[in-house]
Amino acid sequence: MSSVAAFESPASVRQALQARISSMQSTRLDEDAFPLLPMLRAVLGRGLRRGTVYSISGSTSLALALVAAASQSGEWCGVLDVPDLGLEAAAGWGIDLDRLVWVADPGDRWMSTVGSMADVLGLVIVRAPARIASAEASRLLARLRQTRSTMLVLGEWPQSESQIRVVSSTWTGLGDGYGHLADRHLELEVRQGQSPGPPRRSRLRVPSEMIS
Amino acid sequence: MTSTNARVLVVWLPDWPIIAARRRLELSAEQPLALIHKGVVFACSSDARASGVQRGLAVREAQLRCPELLVVAYDPQVDARAFEPVVASLEDLVPGVRILRPGLCAIRARGPARFYGGEERAASTIHQALARADIAARLGIADSVFGAERAALQTSGDSPIAIVAVGTTRQFLAPAPISTLDDSTLVPVLRRLGLHSLGDFAALDRVAVGARFGEAGLRAHDRASATDRLSGAEHTPEIDFGAGATFEPALDRVDQIAFGVRTASESMIDRLAKSGLVCTALRITVTSESGERRERSWSHPHHFSAADVVDRVRWQLQGSGGVTAGPTSPVERVELSPARVDTSANHESGLWGTSLDERVHHALARLHSILGHGSVSTPSLGGGRFLNERQVLVAWGDETPPAKRTLPWPGSIPPPAPATVFSEPRPADVRGPNGEPIDVDGRGTATAPPAWLALGRSPAMKVSSWAGPWPVTQRWWDADARRSAHRFQMIDSEGMAWLMILEDHEWAAEARYD
Repeated sequence: MSSVAAFESPASVRQALQARISSMQSTRLDEDAFPLLPMLRAVLGRGLRRGTVYSISGSTSLALALVAAASQSGEWCGVLDVPDLGLEAAAGWGIDLDRLVWVADPGDRWMSTVGSMADVLGLVIVRAPARIASAEASRLLARLRQTRSTMLVLGEWPQSESQIRVVSSTWTGLGDGYGHLADRHLELEVRQGQSPGPPRRSRLRVPSEMIS
Repeated sequence: MTSTNARVLVVWLPDWPIIAARRRLELSAEQPLALIHKGVVFACSSDARASGVQRGLAVREAQLRCPELLVVAYDPQVDARAFEPVVASLEDLVPGVRILRPGLCAIRARGPARFYGGEERAASTIHQALARADIAARLGIADSVFGAERAALQTSGDSPIAIVAVGTTRQFLAPAPISTLDDSTLVPVLRRLGLHSLGDFAALDRVAVGARFGEAGLRAHDRASATDRLSGAEHTPEIDFGAGATFEPALDRVDQIAFGVRTASESMIDRLAKSGLVCTALRITVTSESGERRERSWSHPHHFSAADVVDRVRWQLQGSGGVTAGPTSPVERVELSPARVDTSANHESGLWGTSLDERVHHALARLHSILGHGSVSTPSLGGGRFLNERQVLVAWGDETPPAKRTLPWPGSIPPPAPATVFSEPRPADVRGPNGEPIDVDGRGTATAPPAWLALGRSPAMKVSSWAGPWPVTQRWWDADARRSAHRFQMIDSEGMAWLMILEDHEWAAEARYD
């Protein structure tokens, strides 16, 4: 830190400090993360960080896959405002339905509901609300950081730790009037934190027997 | 055998099922009544009997013989429950009542005989006391239970007490026909062997009877030879664990009522715990000022704590309206009664806790109170041919229904399972290459290959690959629940896979593989 000299511009000092904070946070990743399925480690490293928000666009399966390993290891999970979530797919990924809490319609109490779910549940899958104020989002993030739970948002979220976007999805097994859906290949775009630069791209193969 | 130790007093209430049914349905005594069990007459009133109705008669036949007959299904529970107060009034006079069946109970005669100064006096005291309570009883005293029962059955309304002298019960029973043993497998065999009276049967060697007819034969032989003894547990009065709270003046705010119920629920759970019991199902009755009664049963995946009971009262009052909802009119009384109890030994939590995480439970119960009952649920997989039927949501804190998932469900789709299952299938439009509508003909083939797919009002997308139709048919025998549909899997130009369904010539999206 000695390199941060007093006569440098405040902006560069702030940037250096920010970089240092994020590097310190990332060293805690190993012991402070939810486990991930082996096939997802290539995409997100070794775990799902606690107390943050991940935003996932373009795939519900991916959200289920991210939760699966933590649920298998005994973590309580929740689903808020995703009434059309496929339970068979969830069970197929290995999510323990006995430890899954389902709130289909929070009405106009979205914020307080997600708060009280995050208080006790380790991982919560939510649909992005139509509108969320930036101040509310940071309040929620502070609460998540305190309770060390992670929120997976289906859709866009203003202050997410990671954004995972499906760039393309291709299927095998289905022909022109014959066959049935089998394996799926996903091309993902992952942006970790607020870091600048182009997002990382990775490929993921989802075998059909995974979700039986 | 001839000692007075074995003397038994039997109290018999003639036509008890009829009396119980009349009380329950509040019928007049003039109405001929028959109770039906498994399609035949189980019991009938005396005036019905006078018109030729008898036990074991088919319902049609009974109605033919007595056209004004009222036919009611027999409910043994009602019988037993109605008998409780009778037993209670009997227990005021003599201890140690054993219920043989509703309407018939036995007591050791020795104690009452000493206390009241003789068997006759004891019997008449009991008879008079019951008569004061408006119960017409008949009493019999003999050396054995069966003998006393037979003696009681032979009494009439004018002389309701029959006493068989000490040591003469066997002779008393001897002339009775063998059918009085009331054993439908044994009696015909004995008859064919030429044994027509109880005396004939009793004369047989007991060991030989045991060798030939086994346990059932020995029991019948004991009865015929007046050596059967009073056994089984004495009746123990049932403890009423119910509790209630009365509000004066009536309350209309949910939190006030919930607070008022707290003491009652604690006392109920406490008393259950003292008897070594826990409550697994609960019935809550709410009576409002306008006289409206609302009853609801609640079950619990584990067992109710006092706080759980208060939560259920709160949920019942709120309905599904959430925290701002309340009762429609002020509540006067809330009654709690355990509908199902279990011994607490079956519900002890392990040393390191086998019950679900307490913290999660509390937080979710609170959330449930805020959002209204049914808003928080635990999902489970059910059975069914259509995907949305296979998603079962059980309200948090209710009992999970047994899974029907293991049954074979023909027509299920191969894996992978779709990640989005529309609870209501979304209307869609599927067209052929030239924009023509697509249907499935009688041979189960599509009239044109699907080429364009449009969901709701969104613009049509090209279908890049597809498969189908796969027929799904269910309940073809039931006109109301019958469904017949065809499924297709399709991939649109953006790489999204859909499970489409064609039912009644209408297209819809059942699920999305996203």
